[in-house]
Amino acid sequence: MVTRGFSSGRKPPTETDARIPPGQYLEQGFPVLSAGPTPRVRTEDWSFTLKHGPRPIKKWNWAEFNALPLTKMTRDIHCVTAWTKFDTAWQGVLVDDILADAGIEAPTGFLLAHGYDGYTTNVPAKDLTTGKAMVALLYEGKPITADHGGPARLLVPHLYFWKSAKWLNGLQFTERDEPGFWELRGYHIYGDPWREQRYSGDP
Amino acid sequence: MSEASAPQSPWQTARITRIEKRTPRVTSFFFALSRPFAYRAGQHVDVRLTAPDGYQARRSYSIASAPESGATIELAIEKLDDGEVSPFFHEVAAVGDEIELRGPLGGHFVWSDSDGGPLLLVGGGSGVVPLMAMVRHRTLRKSAVPVALMFSVRVWDEVIFRDELISLDDRRDGFDLVLTLTREAAQRPSDYSRRIDTAMVMQAQARLPQPPALAFVCGSNAFVSAAAQALIDTGMSADIIRTERYGV
Repeated sequence: MVTRGFSSGRKPPTETDARIPPGQYLEQGFPVLSAGPTPRVRTEDWSFTLKHGPRPIKKWNWAEFNALPLTKMTRDIHCVTAWTKFDTAWQGVLVDDILADAGIEAPTGFLLAHGYDGYTTNVPAKDLTTGKAMVALLYEGKPITADHGGPARLLVPHLYFWKSAKWLNGLQFTERDEPGFWELRGYHIYGDPWREQRYSGDP
Repeated sequence: MSEASAPQSPWQTARITRIEKRTPRVTSFFFALSRPFAYRAGQHVDVRLTAPDGYQARRSYSIASAPESGATIELAIEKLDDGEVSPFFHEVAAVGDEIELRGPLGGHFVWSDSDGGPLLLVGGGSGVVPLMAMVRHRTLRKSAVPVALMFSVRVWDEVIFRDELISLDDRRDGFDLVLTLTREAAQRPSDYSRRIDTAMVMQAQARLPQPPALAFVCGSNAFVSAAAQALIDTGMSADIIRTERYGV
């Protein structure tokens, strides 16, 4: 339905059009969104736990985690609130390298990411492995600020950004796809921006 | 909630039935829904504008009206000069226009009378909009839940819903309004003229009969960061603080 009086003056140029998923607009800043107050986690108190169900597989402290192989990843990111930001530059530990250090392969098809604030979000294992996702430690070469999820946040750039959990303290393999915080509150179980899977029930 | 189900809130057209200027920068638009939905105070809708060439722009706006107010919802939209959708509403949209929207959306920053209280609401600028829906819901439900609303704006003329809020405050029925003007002297004896800080939050909490069971903080990211920290610095548990942030 054409809206009376609305014109496409802000339509992105065609050369960037192909990088902007449907319903998104290009943002130059880096908006902050979160469901609660910003936790201030000190790196000396930080730890990361890999679990299978209730059972811990391996736990790392900050120094141990930083000793894992660091990978650079520069990606476009897409927030469900409709902004897209190009070329965000991160460094961190690929989920593949975390599993390798723990000496396991994905034991189930699904994971829940956990944050220090109690936040959870579910991501299929295939979307976190084979180089697709990392636990990011640096943004543009500097430690990630608390606002943006530091000390460590998940980065799953090909899904809406609520999947990239802030203040990450663990990944947990689950037997089935268990909805996380926003997925229980009306947001899509998978969240592919290119299919515009914003809210539960979107195709 | 299952993936196989139909979209929970499909796009629909809604007709603008009334436009009311609230402040120099905020105007309320009233939309008659073609497919009325039930919603909770604090929820939002997505609005989608479509150009003749198919280009679409969408933004989220909180609902200002109470769920009890029927098939017409109020969106109070702040004009952002560098915006794309809000200038359309402020400069182009007219009564009778049909706009596409979907909702209700968001299941966290919500409150119903049955959730109980006391409640501490903290709004900065147009961040008051979802909180206004909660206040109106409380009023229309004749709820006895004690509610304190701390509302920070730059100047008196930017107090959105000012007459309505002051008249609710004057009822002394368990709703307390605490205004703070950051760039002007306070206009009422009980108000402030500085940014929200811990001392102010403690005094607002003291107006409630018991400590708040839930707090909702909404505004720009800078506002929410500072205000949520002020709440935490009073000793409030982060677990009871819900935030909603907008802007960059």
